[in-house]
Amino acid sequence: MTPVIETRNLNVHFGGVHATRDVNFKVAEAELRCVIGPNGAGKSTFFKLLTGQVKPTSGQILFRGQDISDMQPHEPGRLGIGIKTQVPSLFNGLSVWENIWLSARRVNTAEQSERITRQTLERVGMTAYRDTIAGLLAHGLRQWVEIGVVIAADPPLILLDEPAAGMSDAEVARTAELILEINRQHALVVVEHDMNFIRMIAKKVTVLHQGAIIKEDMPDRIMSDPLVQQIYLGKKPH
Amino acid sequence: MSAALSFGIGIALLLGLPGVLDDYTLIQITIYAVMSILGVSLGFIWGFGGILCFGQAAFFGLGSYTYAIAVMNMGDSTMPFLLAIAVPAVFAMILGYVIFYGRLSDVYMGVITLTVTLILFNLINSTAGPEWKIGSAALGGFNGIPAIPTLNVPGQPDNVLSPKGLFDLTFVCLLVVYLGLRMLISSKIGRVIVAAKENEQRVLLLGYDARAYKLFSFTLGGAIAGLAGCLFANWGAFTSPTIFGLAQSAQIIIWVIVGGLGTLVGPIVGCVAIQWLTMQIGTQQIFNSNLVLGAILVVFVLLVPRGIVPSLGSLAEWTYGRLRRRKASSSMPAARAGAAPAMAAAEEST
Repeated sequence: MTPVIETRNLNVHFGGVHATRDVNFKVAEAELRCVIGPNGAGKSTFFKLLTGQVKPTSGQILFRGQDISDMQPHEPGRLGIGIKTQVPSLFNGLSVWENIWLSARRVNTAEQSERITRQTLERVGMTAYRDTIAGLLAHGLRQWVEIGVVIAADPPLILLDEPAAGMSDAEVARTAELILEINRQHALVVVEHDMNFIRMIAKKVTVLHQGAIIKEDMPDRIMSDPLVQQIYLGKKPH
Repeated sequence: MSAALSFGIGIALLLGLPGVLDDYTLIQITIYAVMSILGVSLGFIWGFGGILCFGQAAFFGLGSYTYAIAVMNMGDSTMPFLLAIAVPAVFAMILGYVIFYGRLSDVYMGVITLTVTLILFNLINSTAGPEWKIGSAALGGFNGIPAIPTLNVPGQPDNVLSPKGLFDLTFVCLLVVYLGLRMLISSKIGRVIVAAKENEQRVLLLGYDARAYKLFSFTLGGAIAGLAGCLFANWGAFTSPTIFGLAQSAQIIIWVIVGGLGTLVGPIVGCVAIQWLTMQIGTQQIFNSNLVLGAILVVFVLLVPRGIVPSLGSLAEWTYGRLRRRKASSSMPAARAGAAPAMAAAEEST
């Protein structure tokens, strides 16, 4: 079966910095993959490559078999790749409703968009904030609004960059539930630092280090891997 | 302001003013309405599209010159009227394509639009010789083009508009532009234009081509400014390179800042207020009008940065909130007084 997203020998250079090195990465339809790595491992750059915000120096990105390596920045979103960025990226001057409606409206009629926006607000638990200006919300609520913005367009592939960052334990647990619920219909790639959160949601984990994939395995094996512990958790192998 | 209210006020002014005002005042109000259309064009692309164009005067001037040249060659004013809108629109589309599809930053946007305006100013200014003619229309260089034929009833070149007819047409144009833009802003296209101003990156990530939406709003702004230019040429039967000048470009920006960015009524209020003030200052010899305009701009930027209309809106909301709170607190003792006998009765019954 064709993977929903695949990269082949993906490389990107920023001047003298080799930010992504020969990355070969595959995610199947409806899979949930977590990507971990220390700061500067190239996780956010990798997401930027997948969403057309950064062009690869060499290599290929295939979305459902279609080469999207050289697309304009708006085209991956149109094809069906949704992203929640590391720093919440919302329309701060618009209401929560308008933020989600704009996403739904791109692919739906006006009537459908109203219904989808209402349903999405319920899914992410933000109905009470529908008329609140997005820029006035607290960080955790903004994260949920952005997840709502992404899922309202019903994309086959969703990229979530640190969805639980800055959240309380209760909020983290609720976000994990939400992600597992979204995963029933969508493939997800989740970048996260919080290992407890990874344990809650992950079925397979990819480890990035200095722009390259060094390991791909089940969460428990990744956590106990000496190399991962050394480079990610800062522990020396015994 | 609601669309119905705006429409009602517009129609009332359109029908009521000609009956109570003399021709001179009517002509004065016509120029206010012409310039208001120009102000709204910038108010739309800047306030809602986030595009600070320093060269809105370029499209205004192009509309004015296009009408003048075309009507002098064609006689009937129907096609020149349409050309005066189409030519600045196409010019704005080409300029916008280079800027938006070339992914130039906002700073370059300002520099390019200002430079284009000044190039047009110098270009038209240097066409004074008799060899500078397009058909039967002499461009006239710094002297401008005088005796521009007034708009006529379509298909009847001899049936030209009276001052009242021009007032009616200008007011209808202002009303159509205002209500049309209101409808556009509340549509899907309008919401995306506003969203792109808020966060262009997010618009792209959602799959909207932000460049196309910006180009559309910029082109529409050019077309509206062209319409204003055409009406301006009709108002005075004259046009000159000064309308491409720095002063004109700066004035439009001041109207929008003073009236209120992010509203469509604001640029109209700002335009009328500043135009009226400029005219009043012109009747005396003590103050220089440019100095006063500069002072007003500084005062508004520092003290009323949101402009007249949004500030009045906030003031009205604040006053209404205070009145509601006062009403609520004054009704509380009465409520308590009313509750007291009931409580006493309840105590008695227990």
